[in-house]
Amino acid sequence: MTDQTSEQLTGAQSLVQALEHAGVDTIFGIPGGAILPAYDPLFDSEKIRHILVRHEQGAGHAAQGYAMVTGRVGVCMATSGPGATNLVTAIADAYMDSVPIVAITGQVATHLIGTDGFQEADIRGITMPITKHSFLVTSADEIPRVIAEAFHIAGTGRPGPVLVDIAKDALQAMTTFRWPTELALPGYRPTTRPHGKQVREAARLIAAAERPVLYVGGGVIKADASAELAMLAELTQIPVVTTLMARGAFPDSHELHLGMPGMHGTVAAVAALQKSDLLISLGARFDDRVTGHLPSFAPLAKVIHADIDPAEISKNRTADVPIVGDCREVIADLVVMLRKQADDDDVRGDYSAWKAQMLAVKAKYPVGYDKPATGLAPQTVVERISAIAGPEATYVAGVGQHQMWAAHYVDYERPRQWLNSGGAGTMGYAVPAAMGAQVGLPGSVVWAIDGDGCFQMTNQELATCALEGIPVKVAVIYNSSLGMVRQWQTLLYEGRYSNTDLNTGPESIGARRIPDFVKLADAYGCVGLRCDSEADLDATIEKAMAITDRPVVIDFVVERDAMVWPMVHGGASNDDIQIARDLAPVWDEEDI
Amino acid sequence: MTAHTLSVLVENTPGVLARVSSLFMRRGFNIDSLAVGPTEIPEISRMTIVVNVDELPLEQVTKQLNKLINVLKIVELDSSSAVERELMLIKVKTDPQTRGQVLETVNLFRAKVVDVATDAVTIEATGDAGKLSAMLNVLEPFGIREIAQSGRVAIGRGSRSITDRTLRAVPGTQAS
Repeated sequence: MTDQTSEQLTGAQSLVQALEHAGVDTIFGIPGGAILPAYDPLFDSEKIRHILVRHEQGAGHAAQGYAMVTGRVGVCMATSGPGATNLVTAIADAYMDSVPIVAITGQVATHLIGTDGFQEADIRGITMPITKHSFLVTSADEIPRVIAEAFHIAGTGRPGPVLVDIAKDALQAMTTFRWPTELALPGYRPTTRPHGKQVREAARLIAAAERPVLYVGGGVIKADASAELAMLAELTQIPVVTTLMARGAFPDSHELHLGMPGMHGTVAAVAALQKSDLLISLGARFDDRVTGHLPSFAPLAKVIHADIDPAEISKNRTADVPIVGDCREVIADLVVMLRKQADDDDVRGDYSAWKAQMLAVKAKYPVGYDKPATGLAPQTVVERISAIAGPEATYVAGVGQHQMWAAHYVDYERPRQWLNSGGAGTMGYAVPAAMGAQVGLPGSVVWAIDGDGCFQMTNQELATCALEGIPVKVAVIYNSSLGMVRQWQTLLYEGRYSNTDLNTGPESIGARRIPDFVKLADAYGCVGLRCDSEADLDATIEKAMAITDRPVVIDFVVERDAMVWPMVHGGASNDDIQIARDLAPVWDEEDI
Repeated sequence: MTAHTLSVLVENTPGVLARVSSLFMRRGFNIDSLAVGPTEIPEISRMTIVVNVDELPLEQVTKQLNKLINVLKIVELDSSSAVERELMLIKVKTDPQTRGQVLETVNLFRAKVVDVATDAVTIEATGDAGKLSAMLNVLEPFGIREIAQSGRVAIGRGSRSITDRTLRAVPGTQAS
C-alpha cells in the first residue's frame, strides 16, 4: 500500500486505511447508526481484528488492558450518543492512569450537530476534562491527519486517552488518502531528555542523603524503565517502594523492595517514606492515597521529583530538585552521574545503616493476615493463585478489598504483570481489561481477580471472551458484600452496613445465590467452578489453569469479615498506620 | 492572592476557548477577566487571562495550560513592564443641570461621549483598571444606568514580541 493515492475512496475507507497505517491490529467496539459507514470497510480489513463487545465500557477497558500489557495504543470504537457516553468511564480511567488509548466515535452528520439530533451527544465536550486531547472531524479529508495525530498524542509524552469524534457525513464523503509524513503539532513537544544540571543536582543530593528512598510510580512501567531502575537500586543500595500503579516495576523478591506505600501500604514502605531524608520520586505523583495527610507526609525529606509531565512536579509536594523527562532516560542518566561522582570525586552515599533498619522493619512487619476459624480467607485465595500461576501470568483486579489483596499477595516480579484501576478506582475494570490483556498476549495466562460487586458491573464481556476465543480466568472473591465500603462501615460507622450487603449466599445458610456465578459462567459458555474451602483450593486453581480453550470463572466463597490491613485512615497521617484494628506498629528505639 | 495577567498564544481552532475555560473550572481557578482576539498571524489567537491566585497555584495553572495541545505559549505580563488596557462603555443619567459636570469628567479622564440622549450620555473609556474605577467613582453620583466592559488586553513594553518565535513553529506561517 502506498502512502498516497489519487484514488477516490470514502472517508470510512480512509479511516480504516489510516488505522492500518497507525499499526492497529485490534479494535474493541460496537457499531451503531453514526459509525455504521466505518464498519463496512472494517469488515474487509485483513490487518484489523474487530472484537464485538457487549457494552462500550467493556470496549474502553479492553483497549486499556491491551495497551497496558503491550505498551501500544489501544483502540475502542462506538457510535454517537449513548455509545459514546458509555465509553466515558473507561476514558476517565485511562486519563487518571495515563493509559494510551484512542477512542473513535461516530457523530451525527454535520448539519445535525447542535440540533439535538437522534443519538446526538457532544462527546468532545463531555470528555474534554478527561482526555489528553480530542478531535471533531467534519471533513473526510482530515481523517488520516487526525488519526496520525491522535495516535502520536496518545502514545508519547505522558500517555493518555485521545478521542476522535467523526461526523457521519465525513465518513460517507469521497476523498483521497494521504498519510501525513510530518505532524503539525506546534503546541505539543514533550520533554523526554532530562536536564543535565538537574540530574547532577539530584546525584549530589543522593550522595549527601542518609535515609533515601526510591519512590517508584507507574511512570517507570510506562517508560519501560525497570532495567534502569534495577541498576540504580543495585548501584546505590537504596530501598525501593512501588506504588499501586508500579507493582512489578521492581521485583517483589528483591531484598531492597519494601513493598507498596499508601493507605493500605506495608509498614516498611510507609515508615521508610515517613522517616526518609530524601525521596527520589520516579514517575509517581504524590497521590493522596500515598501521602495521606499531606502536611505530615515524609516531613523530614527533601524531594527529587522526576516526571515526564511538568505539571505533576510540585503539584502536591514541592520538589527540591525537579527533573522533567522520560523515566528511563532520567534513571539512566542518574546512574551515569552517580558512577562518575563515585569514580572521579570519590563521592558516594552510604546508606547501609538505613537499609538495615528498613529491612528489620520489613522483617518485623510483613504483610499478613489471620486465617478465620472456618471458611476460606480471601488472602489465601490470592496467594495460591499467584503461587500456581506464577509471575509469567498477568493479574488484573477490579476495585476494592480484592484489589488491595491482589496488590499485596500476588508476587510481582516483572513490569506489566499487574493491571488495575488505580486513579479512578473503577469497579468493573477487571473482566474487560483482562479480556484486552489476553488479546494483547495470546497464549499467555491472564487472571482477573475480581470482587462479586465489581464482577456484576461488567461480566457481560464473558460472552465476548467465550465467542472470540479469549480464555481469561476470573477469580471472583465472593463475599456477598461491597467489601471495602463494608470495611469502612465496620471501622467508622459502628458496623451499620447500609447498602453494602449483596444478600446472596448458599442455601446452607438459608440464602439464595443471586446470581449463581457457576450457572452464570455456564450460561455464558464459560467453565464455572466453585471453591469454598482451603482443602480444595489448589486443585480448583489447577483445574482452571488446565483449561485453555475457554474462559473460566471460579466462585471463591470467602469469609466476609476479612479486612484489608495495614491501613492509614482517610485524611490521617501516615504516622498513624495500623496493622490491624486499633493496633499500631511498635517502634523500637533502634528501628527508626 | 494577587492578580496575574497571562498572555496565552493558542492555535486558532474551534473549541480552544472551551478547552481553556474548562481547564480553569476543572482545576478550581477563577478567571477575573478573559479577552480573546486575533494576532498578526491568522493561525494564532491571543488570550489575555487575568487570574487571582497565589504564586504556587499560578505555576500549576500555567503548567496545566501548557499541556493543552492547542496552547503554543504562555507569558506572564508584569504590569510594570507591560501596557494593560480595558475598554468600558458607560451609560450615565444626565439632565440639563448635570450634563456639564458629566462632560467635564469625561474630559478629565480623556474619555469620549459616543451617544447622547435627552436624559443620558454613553461614554467610551479606555485605560487600566485603576483609571476606570476612579472614573466610575466620579460618575457614580450622577446615576450609572448600564456598563459594558471588555476583558483586559495587555502587551509587553519595548520592541520584543512574544509571537516572533512561536509563529516560526507553526506550519503555514512565516515570520514577516
